[in-house]
Amino acid sequence: MVDVRPYRREQPGNHPPYLYPDYASTVKRAPTRRLIRLEQTLTEVTGPVFTGGWTGPAIADLTRAGAGEPIGERIIIAGRVLDEDGNPVPGTLLELWQANAAGRYFHDGDRHDAPLDPNFTGKGHVITDGDGAYRFLTVKPGAYPWRNTYNAWRPQHLHFSVFGPAFATRLVTQMYFPGDPLLPLDPIFNSTADETARRRLVSIYDPALSEAEYALGYRFDIVLRGRAATPMER
Amino acid sequence: MKRMPTASQTVGPFFHVGLARPDLADLTRGGRAQGEPIVILGQVRDGDGAPVPDAMLEIWQANAAGKYAHPEDRQAKPDDANFVGFGRAFTDKEGRYRFTTVRPGAVPGRGNALQAPHIAVTLFARGLLKHLFTRLYFADLVQANEADPVLSGIEDAAARRSLLAEKVNGAPATYRFDLVLQGEGETAFFEV
Ligand SMILES: [Fe+2]
Repeated sequence: MVDVRPYRREQPGNHPPYLYPDYASTVKRAPTRRLIRLEQTLTEVTGPVFTGGWTGPAIADLTRAGAGEPIGERIIIAGRVLDEDGNPVPGTLLELWQANAAGRYFHDGDRHDAPLDPNFTGKGHVITDGDGAYRFLTVKPGAYPWRNTYNAWRPQHLHFSVFGPAFATRLVTQMYFPGDPLLPLDPIFNSTADETARRRLVSIYDPALSEAEYALGYRFDIVLRGRAATPMER
Repeated sequence: MKRMPTASQTVGPFFHVGLARPDLADLTRGGRAQGEPIVILGQVRDGDGAPVPDAMLEIWQANAAGKYAHPEDRQAKPDDANFVGFGRAFTDKEGRYRFTTVRPGAVPGRGNALQAPHIAVTLFARGLLKHLFTRLYFADLVQANEADPVLSGIEDAAARRSLLAEKVNGAPATYRFDLVLQGEGETAFFEV
């Protein structure tokens, strides 16, 4: 018999629904059937382990992608990956992608009429340290238009992908910036019902993280599902 | 103190920028993994039956001996240093994806149950605010599938069928697993 310690179930409002018509692309892509509740097994409480270097050398400094310096406001994004109980999540893969300072992605599908930057690809990845901590140096991404509705613009954001200890803890999210006037208008940001949950997607300006004469610092912690309470704790 | 989990947000259309990593669609590491090589391929379609060209699939599976490369799998079964068990593939313009892997061994379920050989699948796409979880089972393992606690717990026959990858012509052994987001033939997705 195999002992499995399951992860806590999602709480209502913490995550967006699949169907959110204000984000038009959900309409034909959201499942219509009710999800089937799966009791977690060894399959779900295990997941990829990032030792042995198979993810390739880390890219923590996105300003070194080309021969010269990218255009834009240099920023440091740092924080920790934690679980719901505040335990650090060490040794997990954290991947990042973003538009350049003009709001353009280094991607064939991006048709926004804004310049590419030969010195910026907007991709990075690191493995969290023993405290679950990470740190990236990059430039602040620009806002960009998208065709969800007429004259719709995405707030400035970075995309983050993180695994955690199990296939069940997988998360892809976006990080935003404090005070962005586009946030209240953005259906992707607003798709999460709980206001506190939305606020957690907004990074915090941290003067202690800023480097004098060099870069502004923003703090962004990522919280993954924790383990369900054991019968004793209940 | 309990912290609120970070909300999921869509991968959007440009995830290739940050998530493309060489060779992740070949879990065998160029044939070095132990076991029978197999190919998993298929198409992702939306509620209009249209291909989804901006989706990403990730898979997670046990090695050929039925053991996960993870510290919480403490079964007395052989490890395979050449098999991480994780794969990632993007759909092309026609919504098609393809993995090369090895046939997974059976792993235990809850209690004393044995699960049929299966592969855990997550699906990410523009328009999906959260990723979707499903499982791939091998349609030709009829007896094992009948005894599987997850499959046999699904009452709706069409939903159960949507989790079965059919063997198609090809060498090595090739299985087709389509994912349908909505409507006719909609894939059964799990709340994990
Ligand atoms: Fe974006």
